[in-house]
Amino acid sequence: MSAIITLSLLAVLLLYLGLFKAKKALLPVSLLGLLAAIVLYSIQWDTDAEPLYSGMVLFDHFAVAFSILSLFITGLVFLLSRDYFDSISEHVAEYYALIIFSLTGALLVVSFHNLAMLFIGIEIMSVALYILVGIRKRDFSSNEAALKYFLMGAFSTGFLLFGITLIYGATGSFDLTEIKNYLIANPHSISPLFYSGILLLIIGLSFKVGAAPFHFWTPDVYEGAPILITTFMSTVVKTAAFAGFLRLFLTCFVPLQDFWAPVLLVITVLTLFIGNISALAQQSFKRMLAYSSISHAGYMLFGILSIGAASAGAIFVYSAAYSIASVVAFAVLILVKRSRGSEHFEAFNGLAAKNPYLAFTLSVAMLSLAGIPLTAGFVGKFMMFSGVLANYHIVLLLLAVLNAAMGIYYYFRVIVAMYFRPADREEVTVNANYKAVLFIGALLTIAIGIFPSLLAGWL
Amino acid sequence: METVVTNLQGVPINHYILFCSIIFAIGVIGVLIRRNVIVIMMSVELMLNSVNLLLAAFSAYKGDASGQVFVFFVMALAAAEVAVGLAIIVMVYRNTRSVDINALSRLKW
Repeated sequence: MSAIITLSLLAVLLLYLGLFKAKKALLPVSLLGLLAAIVLYSIQWDTDAEPLYSGMVLFDHFAVAFSILSLFITGLVFLLSRDYFDSISEHVAEYYALIIFSLTGALLVVSFHNLAMLFIGIEIMSVALYILVGIRKRDFSSNEAALKYFLMGAFSTGFLLFGITLIYGATGSFDLTEIKNYLIANPHSISPLFYSGILLLIIGLSFKVGAAPFHFWTPDVYEGAPILITTFMSTVVKTAAFAGFLRLFLTCFVPLQDFWAPVLLVITVLTLFIGNISALAQQSFKRMLAYSSISHAGYMLFGILSIGAASAGAIFVYSAAYSIASVVAFAVLILVKRSRGSEHFEAFNGLAAKNPYLAFTLSVAMLSLAGIPLTAGFVGKFMMFSGVLANYHIVLLLLAVLNAAMGIYYYFRVIVAMYFRPADREEVTVNANYKAVLFIGALLTIAIGIFPSLLAGWL
Repeated sequence: METVVTNLQGVPINHYILFCSIIFAIGVIGVLIRRNVIVIMMSVELMLNSVNLLLAAFSAYKGDASGQVFVFFVMALAAAEVAVGLAIIVMVYRNTRSVDINALSRLKW
């Protein structure tokens, strides 16, 4: 809990730094704050986890692992922010403060132990993001993305709340342990309200994670938002939403698996196909990454579908691999867009000749997203698919593999463009922060791919 | 307070559930078919308030205060959300001179 308090204070401190024009201090102070929060979380790792504050939050291994992952990815996003925010606006402190506020919400979502905390966490996370998405006030596409995100976010919150209410009506409590005890105590006389509650929660959370058929806002919002905000949304926010989704189902709803698994199965298959088939048709790299994030949501839903002791570890490794690769991909996109002014695949033509380092790290990231062996993405997909194989039949696995093959096609398009399509272009200048982030991203992707036990042993 | 609870319990709980579901459904339909952003936001508020009403009713029936506390959380966060949402609408209005969501169709594939 001390980490969450630290971060809330950090955000306020950043606003004051902005007020007193201490622009140079913003990045170091935010990074130090994130580091402090990571340290505070690591201290908690092996202590006995008890629900705190009358059962509101629980910092077990699950919560701590996902929190550290979110903090780490946010740190990478901050490293990329040098020169980026300054070019958008004069008031840079707001970006840092809002991202930290949103991160605080994400940390609450991964460590909730009471449905009230789930709701509050999701709201803190989203409200800060509505502002961040629309922060380019004069830019039409940023405006449009903010409005769409806001309307869809508020709409899905309604479903989430109605679901929570119905579950409260059936069980008389918001506490996860109490809800679980209710299910165990009345295995044959569960109130019909409870079933409707689960369905509404699935709808609400599917909106938040961007799973089909509730995904339609994702591509537009990801495309319209500033690239760095898209990076934050598609990594930290998605990871947190999945962690919350999994935590709810893993703690409470396992006994009713026969009821909700078919619903989730339909959502998963739809998500995979819609995400991948639409990604095939894209001309813009950014929009392709948006659709690919939908398809990755589909893969991560496998972890919830085959719920069990292994699913937390599988989702953790998968989201770590996906987040790191996405950060690298978006970082290269920022640089390419800055030099060529375009987000299309053609903008990457001939990048390998002038910037071999950029091209190499982006290739590693794309291979990881496609799930090629010896990268982190492969380990994630392997863990996910082995869970499905243990619980379900072969047909589902075949569908997943078919989708993975489709993924390889569109991820390789950018590699082909970089290495085999010559074009006259200037060398892209890369500052030290970007070099560091690309290096860390590529190194971790390969390291986790070769030594999966680095992460797989955490949960 | 006791009389309020007894009064609330005077109506069977199923009526509350049905009534709130109907309001919620009106809100959902409103979001889906209306084109004016302000009306859509009002429909969202309708959804949230049906939730509040149902929470209060359940809370009275269960004799458990946590449902009513949750209502306060919902109200506070809904207010925060509306504040940000209205700011976004004003920003969009300044740029497009319209609050019709059909004007928002630049982002497409």
